[in-house]
Amino acid sequence: MTVRKTPALAVLAGAAVLVTLAACDSKSDPAGAAGDGGPIKVSASDTACEVSATTANAGNLTFEITNKGAKVTEFYLYAEGDRIMGEVENIAPGLNRRLIVEVADAGKYQTACKPGMSGTGIRGDFTVTGGVAKQNDSNAQKAQATKSYADYIANNTSALQDETGKFADLVKAGKVDEAKAAYARTRVYYERIEPVAEKFGDLDPAIDVREADLEPNQQFTGFHRLEKDLFKTGLQADSGQIADKLVTDVKDLVAKTKTLELSALDLANGAKGLLDEVATGKITGEEEAFSHTDVWDFQANVDGSKGAITALRPVLQAKDPALVSTLDKEFANVQGLLDKQRAGDGFKSYTELSQDQVKEFASAVDALSEPLSKVAEVVSK
Amino acid sequence: MTSAEGSRAEGTRVSRRKLFGLAGAGVALAGAGAAAGIGIDKATSGNAEASTNTVDFHGEHQAGIVTPAQANLHFAALDVTTKDREKLRQLLKTWTDAARRMTAGQEVVANGAVGNGAYAPPGDTGEALDLPPSNLTLTIGFGPSLFDGRFGLAGKRPPQLIDLPLFPKDKLDPARSGGDLCIQACADDPQVAVHAVRNLVRLGFGVTEVRWSQLGFGRSSSTSREQQTPRNLFGFKDGTNNIKAEEPDVLGDQVWATAADGPAWMAGGSYLVARRIRMHIETWDRETLDGQEKIIGRTKGSGAPLGQTAEFDELDLDVGGAGGEKVIPEDAHVRLASHQALNGVRILRRGYNFVDGSDGVGHLEAGLFFLAFNRDTRKQYVPMQQALSSKDAMMEYVQHTGSAHFAVPPGVTRESSWADALFS
Repeated sequence: MTVRKTPALAVLAGAAVLVTLAACDSKSDPAGAAGDGGPIKVSASDTACEVSATTANAGNLTFEITNKGAKVTEFYLYAEGDRIMGEVENIAPGLNRRLIVEVADAGKYQTACKPGMSGTGIRGDFTVTGGVAKQNDSNAQKAQATKSYADYIANNTSALQDETGKFADLVKAGKVDEAKAAYARTRVYYERIEPVAEKFGDLDPAIDVREADLEPNQQFTGFHRLEKDLFKTGLQADSGQIADKLVTDVKDLVAKTKTLELSALDLANGAKGLLDEVATGKITGEEEAFSHTDVWDFQANVDGSKGAITALRPVLQAKDPALVSTLDKEFANVQGLLDKQRAGDGFKSYTELSQDQVKEFASAVDALSEPLSKVAEVVSK
Repeated sequence: MTSAEGSRAEGTRVSRRKLFGLAGAGVALAGAGAAAGIGIDKATSGNAEASTNTVDFHGEHQAGIVTPAQANLHFAALDVTTKDREKLRQLLKTWTDAARRMTAGQEVVANGAVGNGAYAPPGDTGEALDLPPSNLTLTIGFGPSLFDGRFGLAGKRPPQLIDLPLFPKDKLDPARSGGDLCIQACADDPQVAVHAVRNLVRLGFGVTEVRWSQLGFGRSSSTSREQQTPRNLFGFKDGTNNIKAEEPDVLGDQVWATAADGPAWMAGGSYLVARRIRMHIETWDRETLDGQEKIIGRTKGSGAPLGQTAEFDELDLDVGGAGGEKVIPEDAHVRLASHQALNGVRILRRGYNFVDGSDGVGHLEAGLFFLAFNRDTRKQYVPMQQALSSKDAMMEYVQHTGSAHFAVPPGVTRESSWADALFS
């Protein structure tokens, strides 16, 4: 569900950075002390960029930049190929600013001041010594895990696109009962890949925003808008247009997921994020306010989480077999509870759950989420 | 307060007792504030520490706003049940007198708990006997609903006292929202705060009733440079960048209403936003440290802004890490709430942690009871919360479940009361 989009994004974005660092086994204290020789002073003017040291040991480097010029400036530390290691923008004249950069690898770097905040800047060479030799790419198991998960995503997005098309056709044809029946079935494919969908900031809200979470002036579109039309208000004049837009948005999403590069940490965090969705949105019946098909989503989130963990299984098995057996046990426990709520080819309505059953689900999800939250750390080792 | 008013307030109580044929203990309330230390009240007698840890009730502004945040809170929102304007006015005077006494460490009425004979309910409920004043402050506010037609106050409603809009992701419980009046009691001892609210509520029976109330512990912001920054239930330092008592210019700019802001009766007052924010503690606890720090925008250990080294280092929103990614993410809480991102707008926060037991599915019913004071809620709190509700990564882990807004009138002198500004 869309409410949950932002942290997942933040974490995933962070995870990508982490992976880079973890790959060279050199993640150090993020709070970071200054480098060996104390802060490196940078005196920036409109025409010069004087750096008090041009060599440093690997580790956290602290630059203290003073803008003595008349223009607003920026300071960068680049690795080879102009890869940004760290930067600080908007340094107004007369101000001191600090930049702490973690540089794990020995090698040649460049400092740059950019008076006026444009162009390639006033460059200087900077050498980092010590550190660790750069390792080759992360291990093959992780690469295999992400590839296997990419296949899982591809299978689900392809089904999502097909099913959304059929669902939209039913809506447009005014076949309310059939559309209602297709609603939860279609969403399964979305709920399974939600952490991936959430990587695309604009599309996820367009497809999956809940009415209660709309921002001022935000148009109510996507699955939940059609849910309301089908289950509460009856079809509206623009239901067809909303259905068409949903098809387009899903198509965009599917195209974009194909270009996505995921890391093993993304998988771990995604698996956990899906269960968090269950714990805060599905357990409470908030997600499917009109159709009450929350248990379908619940199952799909668990499926998606399991899909990611399955892909990571060889990695986890090698590093922490006990964790794998715990996860197996707890996944089975949650699945056992879900199986009791089956009705036909789907699930009972959320409103049919007793408070005791809700509570039972909540504690089973907690029992699974705790070990799941340890996966990222194991994977990052 | 004039002595005539004082004896009237007291007289009511005494005559009620006389109905039962008891000897009234008629120590007039007049000058009760000045009477601190006379020694009739156990709370202050022979306790050197007690005499020093009081907060002056009187002043240009009400105490309990920039007062260094005490450790505990009892907050109550009340509805006025009478339609009699005069009864309301009288209650506000009675409350002022009672607050003047209790904040000085005295019982709510003289000889309250045990000094009035065996055959009447004690005038003071007694649970604060033997406890020091504990820096008790009592602060009152008027909700938007007080300015409807009932008391002829419609023309006095400040334009700043808006009905708060519904923010994205709000899940407000009407039973934890709104109110005609509020009483904020803060004290270093929870029992002292609870005692104060309980006794004011008791004085109000027949005129007011409690709509909702909230206990808070572990102040979650600091309002003075003398205080350490506390931690919220997410384990993060909260309120590092709060407005502090030692910043009179900022307070004048961001917290205190002036006569020119209109209405004149609110000059020296402020606007209080109260929000009950449920925290999803369990899912937060499963978030990685890196994830938690990116959501907040600070390190968990020292509280330093990401990219900096010490807690009070200034936020630098323009620092990028590898690949030019912002070190403080675009959706980090500190970025969105910073005055840099909000055209210089700030608020004075005075929140408290709460745990109201469990929620029935095995999770803590816990969170932050957010209290903030600002000069104009329309221009300060509302845009800030709009930005947070729609973009803040932390919204995944919190849910706003209660909401209220109050005009907090200016402070009182030894002679005036909380009724004066409103009914002048």
